[in-house]
Amino acid sequence: MASESIPLTIRTNPLAVVYEWLATVDHKKIGIMYIVYALLFLVVMGIEAILMRIQLAHANATFLSPQLFNRLFTLHGTTGIFFVAMPILFGFGNYLVPLMIGARDMAFPRLNAFSFWMTALGGFLLYGSVFAGGPLSQAGSAPDVGWFAYAPLTSPAFSPGHSTDYWTLSLLVAGVGSIGAAVNFVATILSMRCEGMTLGRMPLFAWMNLVMGGLVLVTISPLTAAQIMLMIDRYIGGHFFDTDAGGSVVMWMHFFWIFGHPEVYVLIIPCFGFVSEIVPVFSRKAMFGYPAMVAATVGIGFVSLGVWAHHMFTVGMPSYGNAFFVLTTMVVAVPTGIKIFNWLATMWGGKIRFATPMLFCIAFLFQFLIAGLTGIALSIAPFNWQLGNSYFVVAHFHYVIVGGILFTIFAAFYYWFPKMTGRMLSEKIGKWHFWLFVIGFHLTFDFMHIPGLLGMPRRVYTYEANRGWETWNMISSIGAVVQAIAILLFVYNMIESYYKGATAGNDPWDAWTLEWATPSPPPHYNFAAVPAVQSRRPLWDIKHPEDPDWKYE
Amino acid sequence: MSATGMEIPATASWKLPSRGRVGMYCLILAESAIFAIFIAAYIFYIGKSISGPAPRQILAVPIVASVGLWASSFTIHWAVAALAKGKTWIFAGLWFLTLALGAFFIGATAREWHHLIYDEGFTIQTNLFGTTYYALVGLHASHVIIGLIALTVVMVFALFGKVRPEHHERCEILSLYWHFVDVVWVVVFIVVYGLS
Repeated sequence: MASESIPLTIRTNPLAVVYEWLATVDHKKIGIMYIVYALLFLVVMGIEAILMRIQLAHANATFLSPQLFNRLFTLHGTTGIFFVAMPILFGFGNYLVPLMIGARDMAFPRLNAFSFWMTALGGFLLYGSVFAGGPLSQAGSAPDVGWFAYAPLTSPAFSPGHSTDYWTLSLLVAGVGSIGAAVNFVATILSMRCEGMTLGRMPLFAWMNLVMGGLVLVTISPLTAAQIMLMIDRYIGGHFFDTDAGGSVVMWMHFFWIFGHPEVYVLIIPCFGFVSEIVPVFSRKAMFGYPAMVAATVGIGFVSLGVWAHHMFTVGMPSYGNAFFVLTTMVVAVPTGIKIFNWLATMWGGKIRFATPMLFCIAFLFQFLIAGLTGIALSIAPFNWQLGNSYFVVAHFHYVIVGGILFTIFAAFYYWFPKMTGRMLSEKIGKWHFWLFVIGFHLTFDFMHIPGLLGMPRRVYTYEANRGWETWNMISSIGAVVQAIAILLFVYNMIESYYKGATAGNDPWDAWTLEWATPSPPPHYNFAAVPAVQSRRPLWDIKHPEDPDWKYE
Repeated sequence: MSATGMEIPATASWKLPSRGRVGMYCLILAESAIFAIFIAAYIFYIGKSISGPAPRQILAVPIVASVGLWASSFTIHWAVAALAKGKTWIFAGLWFLTLALGAFFIGATAREWHHLIYDEGFTIQTNLFGTTYYALVGLHASHVIIGLIALTVVMVFALFGKVRPEHHERCEILSLYWHFVDVVWVVVFIVVYGLS
């Protein structure tokens, strides 16, 4: 089956190729556009991070001005969440979900294209500020209010010029794109499954994208609402966050974090999906505890909606508020722990292949555990009063976002790049990439906890020499450079392998989900005949007709 | 690829929920979250304005327009039911009635705003109440307008005889949105004209 080769599209006219991509409604092309777009912004945010790490490497540095530093951390954070992490995950979801559930496209292909272009427009608006919010406004050429843009910093009095307008418009537009994408994910997964693909047989990646989609619907919307309010304040003189007229700045914090905390789960849940697909294949065992995994994901989705104010302990809340948010935050650890044990149990006794995707997943398991533990520490209100807004917090959430999310995204690249391009990524460069990135990551973020414990606040553009922070900051900065080298290797690997990599074939990893039943890359229509499945591992059933899974499920 | 080995012998009936319906419910969920935030802001700021006027001094309850909007939920429901039974002209009539009730509601809002702005001098900049009132009622009104545009498109097709019984599910999906707009108005009505 599936062995006949599909002739490559003949690329004669470059304009025709460009038009084909601009006008496409194919979920695979849109998925790739999301991914490429996000990778470009990953490089941009990486450069911003390196600039900040150079500034912080030693005391009293003058490499960056305080104003530029503020703009850089605002752009770095906003870009990272909205224009790297979300689009890259939407991209993988777009590409993989229809293939995994045996569909020929997403439920609403045109909405899908619309969502991508809205997200793209959001990113261009944010960076448009760098060029257009410039000299004439006399007030900053890029947003400098921080990625959570607390009021009253965003009020016309404190943010003259248009950089904050670009920021808020950018997130509003990207939010519309995200909601469109989420509608599409949920409708696709519920309504487009092939015959026999019951909810209980869906690949876990599809399940997690379903939960992610539902979560986006209820979390991005509050952000959109808050951006509308901010625009009303800035453009037509409203008073939502105007303390002079009796408005409340704390309300912005609530609205922002009602979005902001579940957003972390919007990002990490699809990553759980990557791990849940990769770990079984490289352990040569079926996923351990599939129903528990689904239940834990849905559980995390619900609990994450009630934890937002743990970002606000230092603002001051009544003791009931503190107690409530401490407890709900700690409860998140229970379903997350279930997941970690499920992955470990899947590996336990398996014939583990230490290929690059698996290496990234194993590193993820350790790092995500540590990130979770510092998270539980920070959920304790008195501890948080001590360390809130310090570098300990910065280290914690980078442990989640880099150590958790980015590591699994790399795993996903090494695992699915062959499906998307028909070529394998080089394992040799992949191992270099992995080890350099692990070393760089731990140098930067392990040691970043320490200046936080010693009292270094986040978002300072420099510090005095005699605080005992210098060595730790220097180590962090060296680690950042090592990470940058690793990422350059990764980029090189993708370009080199795209042209010269080994041919992948349909199923290079001997995997079990439906996307590997198609040629690599899959044809426009995905499946010549829409498949029908009888178990959670349809390809296992085909490869082992004498001992199919459906006998046991 | 051929589907060898991937076909189950006797295909049981494989039925999935309609993607249009699921998509619309998702959109309604997202919109509900937006409204929830605006309603929360409205309630939180009740009585917190540091200058006048207060709601009870200037607001008149728009009861006729509101009842009209709620009635349009029934007319659109009957319209879709008529379409499903093949009675396309009854459908067109009821659909037009829905459109008219919606337009009447928007007209009433426009008159209310005109009165507040030009007679009372009460704008979005006046005080916190003004900000939250115009934002919440305006958010709802903009949803009514989007609904009216969608209804008008269907109406035009209906006048040209292009809406046939097999389209009743699409019309029903659109009616879900219209019901949502009406239900939100129940909440906004209670919060704006009742609580304050």
